[in-house]
Amino acid sequence: MVAFVLRRFASLAVVLFCVITITFLLVRLAPGGPFAREREIPEAIQKELLARYKLDGTLWQQYTDYLGDLLRGDLRLSTKFRGRTVNELIAQSLPVSLQVGLTAFVLATLGGVWLGSLAAVRQHSWVDTTSMFGALLAISIPAFVTGPVLVLIFALKLGWLPVGGWTSWKSLILPSITLAGPYVAYIARLMRSSMLEVLTQDFVRTARAKGLSDSAVLYRHALKVAILPVVSFLGPLAANLLTGSIVIEAIFAIPGAGSFFVNSIINRDVFLLCGIIIVYCALLVVLNLLVDVAYTFLDRRIQLDG
Amino acid sequence: MGKPLSPPGAWRRLLRNPVALTSMAILAFVAFIAIFGPAIFQTDPHALSSHQFSEPSAEHFFGTDVNGRDVFARVIEGARISLLVGLCGAMVSFFVGTTYGMISGYVGGKTDALMMRFVEILYSIPRLIIIILVSFIFDPKVKLWLSGIAGGALVGYSKVLILIFSLGLIEWLTMARIVRGQVLSLKAQQFVLAARSLGQSHTRIILRHLLPNLVGIVVVYLTLTIPAVILDESFLSFLGLGVQAPQASWGSLLADGALAINPIRSHWWLLVFPAGVMSITLLALNFLGDALRDALDPRARRS
Repeated sequence: MVAFVLRRFASLAVVLFCVITITFLLVRLAPGGPFAREREIPEAIQKELLARYKLDGTLWQQYTDYLGDLLRGDLRLSTKFRGRTVNELIAQSLPVSLQVGLTAFVLATLGGVWLGSLAAVRQHSWVDTTSMFGALLAISIPAFVTGPVLVLIFALKLGWLPVGGWTSWKSLILPSITLAGPYVAYIARLMRSSMLEVLTQDFVRTARAKGLSDSAVLYRHALKVAILPVVSFLGPLAANLLTGSIVIEAIFAIPGAGSFFVNSIINRDVFLLCGIIIVYCALLVVLNLLVDVAYTFLDRRIQLDG
Repeated sequence: MGKPLSPPGAWRRLLRNPVALTSMAILAFVAFIAIFGPAIFQTDPHALSSHQFSEPSAEHFFGTDVNGRDVFARVIEGARISLLVGLCGAMVSFFVGTTYGMISGYVGGKTDALMMRFVEILYSIPRLIIIILVSFIFDPKVKLWLSGIAGGALVGYSKVLILIFSLGLIEWLTMARIVRGQVLSLKAQQFVLAARSLGQSHTRIILRHLLPNLVGIVVVYLTLTIPAVILDESFLSFLGLGVQAPQASWGSLLADGALAINPIRSHWWLLVFPAGVMSITLLALNFLGDALRDALDPRARRS
């Protein structure tokens, strides 16, 4: 087990290293640096600026310097937000994004598993048909349509929840529901087909034959096996939620990392951009490791190798 | 067990499925309007007028926007660009995914393990974020390249071109997985062994024996990739990182529409019509994909 985790850690470090390298090269090779403006800056000042933000020297030098700084946990200075470090900006905005993301993550998983099992158990009933139709509908409608519609209903017409911003726990509700919607649907579909397959298997019949109640068969026996495809989707789910939250933050005017990301591209804020991508990837990579470990606990048939 | 090209009655099964038929009819209609709409209705999506925010009427079916442009014409233009990106992007993902999956499955062993590990890794990094970066960086280069050919007429389409390729290049993972699984089971079958012992080359086996057997499953996932690419594109355009104004795609129209929702005066038609058209199209594509899967792959039908 320990060897497995260590081995996976090594491979994850390689992945992270590749992401860092690619991101850095892409950003630095892009035409137009952070100080390329319409107005010419005197050469001396330009030089001074580049030195201050460690953007001078050959590309190789810059790259190795940056790697060194990263190893020390220093994500450097933002070129747009003068005098503020990227560490600071991320520490301030990421928790907001993570709250929305985590709530959506829990909603999507629980909601999807529950809805999918329900549909599977009552196959061909109206519950099944309507929830599966609803699921396809939810997958087909993008978040930036559901978002404004929910705002129109629950914030503007009914006045129950805030329109946007980040003030109280109420600000969390609409964004996380909007973000989770399509994934509740996706997981419900996944869960339904997996559950239908499991329900035909021998051990379920045995459990029934022993005289266990329907709910015991479902929750104690079938669910444990049927949930496996959902568990292996949790990694990609986290990646999708993280990207999805960029749009959600734009819709609900939430001061999270997503809006910093979009702005950093537009402003060519080199290190903020690199920093956010690297932190995102690191988060996901660790989360994937956790999911893998959880998977092996849930599915005893899997041997730990590699 | 591999599945034959089209199981007996696949087409008939599809045609007997009312959901599939409705979806096909809707898609045909949307495609028809997208292609011939501008010629039929003689509308110009870029023509400005003084009729700001006028409600839907006989003159402007879907009303007008902040610049007095006809929303109906803009939705048609959006359909052209979104469908173009969706179709071409799905084709790119089809080529990459099928090739990748076929090589992985056919070669097998260590190569297969390594290639599939790579797919797994890609699944779990935020690909769309990297794509945003890539599209932003290559835009000037592609613009430069396009201005050199066809007399510069295509410069405005540089973003569209980049979107097609970058989105195609991130949406191939599922396709590769499916194709690989299929190839793994196909190559263990006797007709492949027979072809091999008759002395046929690997290329020939792949092209003549494996590929035809993959068509069904590939068509299904191609149908399901199109809506995924359209959604991705609308995502980017919504953030202002996709199609550039004055061009419109469904995503950029929806971004305008979402802004128009406010407590004082809601210009609902700016959101409702693009959202409706886009959702119906995506829904039809997803339903058609599901129905195709049911028709071509009876084993996957759980009912």
